[in-house]
Amino acid sequence: MKKAREAFRFFEREHLKELTGLRASTVRELAGVLKTVPDSVVYYHTHRFLEEHHFLTPEPASDFAIWVSDTLGDEVLGEKLANIDAFEFPTLEALRERTVNVIEGHLVAGGDSRRAPDGREFHFVKSVSVVMPTPYLARDLREFVDVLRKLSLGSLAFHFFEARLRLGRPTNDFSAWFEGSLGEQELAAQVARFDPYYRTLEGTRSLLIQLIERRLRQGSRTTSP
Amino acid sequence: MVQNVNSTFSGGGVAEILTRMVPLLCQLGVDARWSVIKGDGAFFEVTKKLHNGLHGQEVVISDEDARAFQETSRSNIENLRVLGDIMVVHDPQPVALIDSTEAAGRTWIWRCHIDVSRPSVPAWEFIRPWVEKYDAAVFSAPAFARPLPVRQFLISPSIDPLSDKNRELPPETVDAVLVKYDIPRDKPLIVQISRFDYLKDPLGVIEAFKLVKRSAACRLVLAGGTAADDPWSDRVLRDVRLKAEGDPDIHVVLMPQGSDLDVNALQRAATIVVQKSLKEGFGLTVTEALWKGKPVVASAVGGITLQVKDKLTGLLCHGIEGTAYSIRQLLGNPEYASWLGQNGREHVRHNFLITRHLRDYLLLFLALGHPEDVVYLS
Repeated sequence: MKKAREAFRFFEREHLKELTGLRASTVRELAGVLKTVPDSVVYYHTHRFLEEHHFLTPEPASDFAIWVSDTLGDEVLGEKLANIDAFEFPTLEALRERTVNVIEGHLVAGGDSRRAPDGREFHFVKSVSVVMPTPYLARDLREFVDVLRKLSLGSLAFHFFEARLRLGRPTNDFSAWFEGSLGEQELAAQVARFDPYYRTLEGTRSLLIQLIERRLRQGSRTTSP
Repeated sequence: MVQNVNSTFSGGGVAEILTRMVPLLCQLGVDARWSVIKGDGAFFEVTKKLHNGLHGQEVVISDEDARAFQETSRSNIENLRVLGDIMVVHDPQPVALIDSTEAAGRTWIWRCHIDVSRPSVPAWEFIRPWVEKYDAAVFSAPAFARPLPVRQFLISPSIDPLSDKNRELPPETVDAVLVKYDIPRDKPLIVQISRFDYLKDPLGVIEAFKLVKRSAACRLVLAGGTAADDPWSDRVLRDVRLKAEGDPDIHVVLMPQGSDLDVNALQRAATIVVQKSLKEGFGLTVTEALWKGKPVVASAVGGITLQVKDKLTGLLCHGIEGTAYSIRQLLGNPEYASWLGQNGREHVRHNFLITRHLRDYLLLFLALGHPEDVVYLS
């Protein structure tokens, strides 16, 4: 089995929710505030549902989509926002820009007549992440998949979502290690292509395990006499 | 050292959380303490008024009220030893402790358990000058954030799944509690467990129940106790008993402090758990019911909306008719009710158990020393 040039260190990530005190009652206000808030607010509202409700069936990851549909009753705009796939964006700034553009395009077309009832405004929250090393290290794919099975979902989210979108890394941490340290280009590409936003986090974990186990089986066939 | 300060060792959600949280923090190696301020009847009348005002009820804080609050606060400042490196002050009653001469050099956190989304102006303006002196404020729902010059955090309260109120119970224990309170099991049980408080709207629950009863046989159990710092609960209990009079299907149960096993049993016996609060900081009784896999019908107020995702982990309602409609819907569709209950339990498992709460507090203590959005620990 191939040994990595550099072991993969798994990190744990916990996050605390910081309240900004900013709120919106209409989509115009939503877009207006969204333009001004830090990236950590954009991250929170595009990943909260995935992280807090990961045991449920997948729902739109975007709080903006859920609020516009469920509270304002604007299902057309809600659909458009739900269809913005965070996976397609290299940065949170790009994701924010797209979200604002979709809202503003909708406003130009149809106005802004809907207002959230009292008490159901959109409240902007910031995610404060605390990242710390775990004792888990992997030097090859077998060790990696063994850790993956017991990894916390926060850690999975950190290496998969945050590393790319919040820390500005070119791809998720797993793909980077498969390619850079193990020379597993194909596996790296498969994992990098895989869109986790339409699955629960447990679903993402299962799929990753499947991909790696398949690669391990292929590897053992090619090395057997 | 982390020192928590509130106004009572027993009764209500704050005391309940601290009873479990402080020993667990200690077990994790944090030197955690819990102190309680003292106050007389006049002080707690004012703090109850403040509590209701912060929840949104129109109140007037008279000069006499202000004097009573300030005098008792001064006495508490003199008598309560401020020891913590981190002081966690819960709710408005002890808020003025920040004026202690020993305040400097410590981190002060105001932990507000109240729904302050739309406070009455006099109540908020009365406590605001103290709140602004803290290093951070912690609220239970995003809507509670206030325009404040200090950092504000969202930390949901929690339940302890191993406590007497939440642990698994054998069916015989549940049956015995029903016998003890003379509640037959001949019909589905609709249960609301809450302190007797107008904000929990027990009178509205009775009205909703009467609407349900027109088409479905069921019983209503309104069970709760009183809190040492709530001088109004006797009045509420009297009104509830008056409204329930003459209906043998309504059971009003006054439980003494320490009836945790009985609460647990009543929640487990429930067919549906209701929490029809008019205002709610968080609603731990909802958390308890969800943890027991019960279908919940609850008002869309305060922290309840964090727990009950409508039609996913329970049903949200906005008034008496909505409450009645939702109860009927669940009575008529037990499989749907059961599905909601199971989702609710999972939601609590992941987000509202005390382990998550402990983690949030530790993160908060860390975050206060780091202004950045991503904090790396080596």
